[in-house]
Amino acid sequence: MLLNIKNLHVEIDGKEIIKGLNLGVNQGEVHAIMGPNGTGKSTLAAAITGREGYEITAGEIWFKGTNIVDMEPDERANLGIFLSFQYPVEIPGVSMTNFMRTAINAKREYQGLPPVPAGEFLKMMEEKKNLVEIHSKLTNRSVNEGFSGGEKKRNEIFQMAMLEPSLAILDETDSGLDIDALKVVAKGVNQLKSGENAFVIITHYQRLLDYIVPDFVHVLFDGKIVKTGGKNLALELEAKGYEWIKEQHLFEA
Amino acid sequence: MSGSRSNICLKLSMKTKETTQFQDLESLLTAQFEQHSERIAEGDTPAMKSLRMKHFEAFKAVGFPDSSHEKWRFTDIESALNQDFCHELSASRSDRNIEELFRCEVHNFRSEIISVLNGWYHSENGPLFTNEDGVIYGSVKAAKIAYPELFDARYGHLAHGTANSFVNLNTAMVQDGVFIYVPKGVEASRTLQIIKMIDRDENVFVQNRQLIILEEGSKLSLMHCDDSINHHTSLVNTVTEVFVGKNAHFELYKLQNLNDASGLINNTFISQEAGSNVRTNTLTFNCGMIRNNIEVALNGPGAHADVLGLYLMDKQQHVDNQIRILHNAAHCTSNELFKGILDDEATAVFNGYIYVKRDAQKTNAYQNNKNILLKPTARINTMPFLEIYADDVKCSHGATIGQLDQEAMFYLRSRGISQSNARLLLMYAFAADVINMINIEGLKSRIDDMVKKRLRGELSVCEKCVLHCGTPEKEYHFDIDLSKL
Ligand SMILES: Nc1ncnc2c1ncn2[C@@H]1O[C@H](COP(=O)(O)OP(=O)(O)OP(=O)(O)O)[C@@H](O)[C@H]1O
Ligand SMILES: [Mg+2]
Repeated sequence: MLLNIKNLHVEIDGKEIIKGLNLGVNQGEVHAIMGPNGTGKSTLAAAITGREGYEITAGEIWFKGTNIVDMEPDERANLGIFLSFQYPVEIPGVSMTNFMRTAINAKREYQGLPPVPAGEFLKMMEEKKNLVEIHSKLTNRSVNEGFSGGEKKRNEIFQMAMLEPSLAILDETDSGLDIDALKVVAKGVNQLKSGENAFVIITHYQRLLDYIVPDFVHVLFDGKIVKTGGKNLALELEAKGYEWIKEQHLFEA
Repeated sequence: MSGSRSNICLKLSMKTKETTQFQDLESLLTAQFEQHSERIAEGDTPAMKSLRMKHFEAFKAVGFPDSSHEKWRFTDIESALNQDFCHELSASRSDRNIEELFRCEVHNFRSEIISVLNGWYHSENGPLFTNEDGVIYGSVKAAKIAYPELFDARYGHLAHGTANSFVNLNTAMVQDGVFIYVPKGVEASRTLQIIKMIDRDENVFVQNRQLIILEEGSKLSLMHCDDSINHHTSLVNTVTEVFVGKNAHFELYKLQNLNDASGLINNTFISQEAGSNVRTNTLTFNCGMIRNNIEVALNGPGAHADVLGLYLMDKQQHVDNQIRILHNAAHCTSNELFKGILDDEATAVFNGYIYVKRDAQKTNAYQNNKNILLKPTARINTMPFLEIYADDVKCSHGATIGQLDQEAMFYLRSRGISQSNARLLLMYAFAADVINMINIEGLKSRIDDMVKKRLRGELSVCEKCVLHCGTPEKEYHFDIDLSKL
């Protein structure tokens, strides 16, 4: 199994947000995580990527056969985990090119490879930019600075394409996107998709799942996965909302 | 102490055991002046002599400031002064090969080097020289004899007040420094680079002077490097006066990189005539204690000044920037930006004073001071002060103090970038807008490298950088903890 999360508990400022979550992801799979606002979806993503302030009080996160809970965020990334941020961060003064080169070289160093030759790097940038239909101008600018909401999301997918992770977590990459941009994001994901890697897609809407077909759909509620189904569960949630799941969950509890 | 004319060094020892009376540096310097005033004033015009006396009397009356002085509240000048010093009355000799000491090979950056050793002008080209472009430069010692009228008309005219003890002391006791004259319409094609090296086996207290004159329509870019190449304590007190004529262009890049035991007091006065354009960039990389007093007076309509600075301090270093922008004429603009990164227990002071005279209408003055404190133990004291007597003006000021953006840190690290590299990227990004204001491409990329090296803690090992011009037996130890970055 590529990712195996066992009985995960996560606290923020002493408040428990993830309350005993289990999730297994195999290579080649696409998992969708849905659920009402504030139930812990982004918290889960933060815990997997090692964000500071998200304290894992119990449980394990196994990735490629290692429990990564004590690993630094950069090491997790170099091991193959990527997060497309719900709110990408603007970094004035750091150019996209410099940022990407530093990231690529960090990964290569981790793999015992020499830094990427300039020519090869530029070719790669060009190729991936075309993939997500980013205008070359964006890459001359500072990271996300002054990017529109849609451009920021496209930029996340661009970075994903550059870094070729084994596990990509997309946290609401579809929100705020027009239909064309949505297709571009889906195209990016589908081109990268292989039998070797896996995707966890956090979303509120069925429409992205029309383009990226999930193998599993999970409902996250109150810090736990309370229901898992196939792609049809997403359609059901779209039609019926979350009330019935909440009731079912509270009843069981 | 020796009576010979060569390399006289008078010891200023405060801890004299023989006398029961504790002697302070002030009275030692005063005594030295009184005893050797003739030698000190050698070659002065009568006007310069009386200027010396006036400033000497002022120094004698007031002495050095201490922390009770309003302008010195946040800078511990007392410790810097509380040392045994040697004060030279004639030019230093160095056992090292001087040419080797000042050799500079900077890729893509051709500069013409003016070397100054322990405050004394030193050049292969002799004491006065006219270069291909027609720029005249040389030692203050020689220039005041060659151009007495010029000195009478300018020297000490900007640094004229007697409120500043260090200007008083300098004007009273200084014997040498650099003179630069750019005649009317002359555009210097190469950057002039003053490299001031401190190299003595004893602690040394240096007085040093610059007189720089740009006549109408002329152009000059000047780099001014203060550097020390050994571990000894030095205290450098320098006064620079710059006269920028009508429509003239002047750029001044100051690079300050002395050892942790040293102090530097830099008093720079710039006066601008109508339509002139000035850019100063003060880059403080390393020094125990630095005080930059920079005054820019916009005296003619349409003058513009960019007054920029970057300071990167760590350990217990201290930098104090006192910037005065005087809008004395209408339709002038000034843009002041100082940025600093402070690590460990480093401390900094920024005091930005903007003065707008009654008739200086349509003034546009912008001031900003931004700081990043990497540790809670680092401190910055930032104070803007605006005094505006005209009504049709635009003035703005701002100051920020912050840490590295943690959101940005995580974003970078989530892409596999190590914590140390993420910090470097963010610190460098912070410094970039000051570096980007460097107009000379070769110099910019060079300084860019230096900033990166400094942020990595590697600057002192740089072999052929603009500051460390390759001495055979290197002793650069700045004790920067590499693991921290
Ligand atoms: N930094 C924080 N400090 C305190 N509480 C937090 C913090 N971050 C998240 N929370 C809380 O944790 C809970 C889960 O938040 P999270 O962002 O994981 O929700 P989500 O499922 O991603 O919601 P959405 O669908 O709105 O993005 C919320 O109640 C939120 O207020
Ligand atoms: Mg969320």
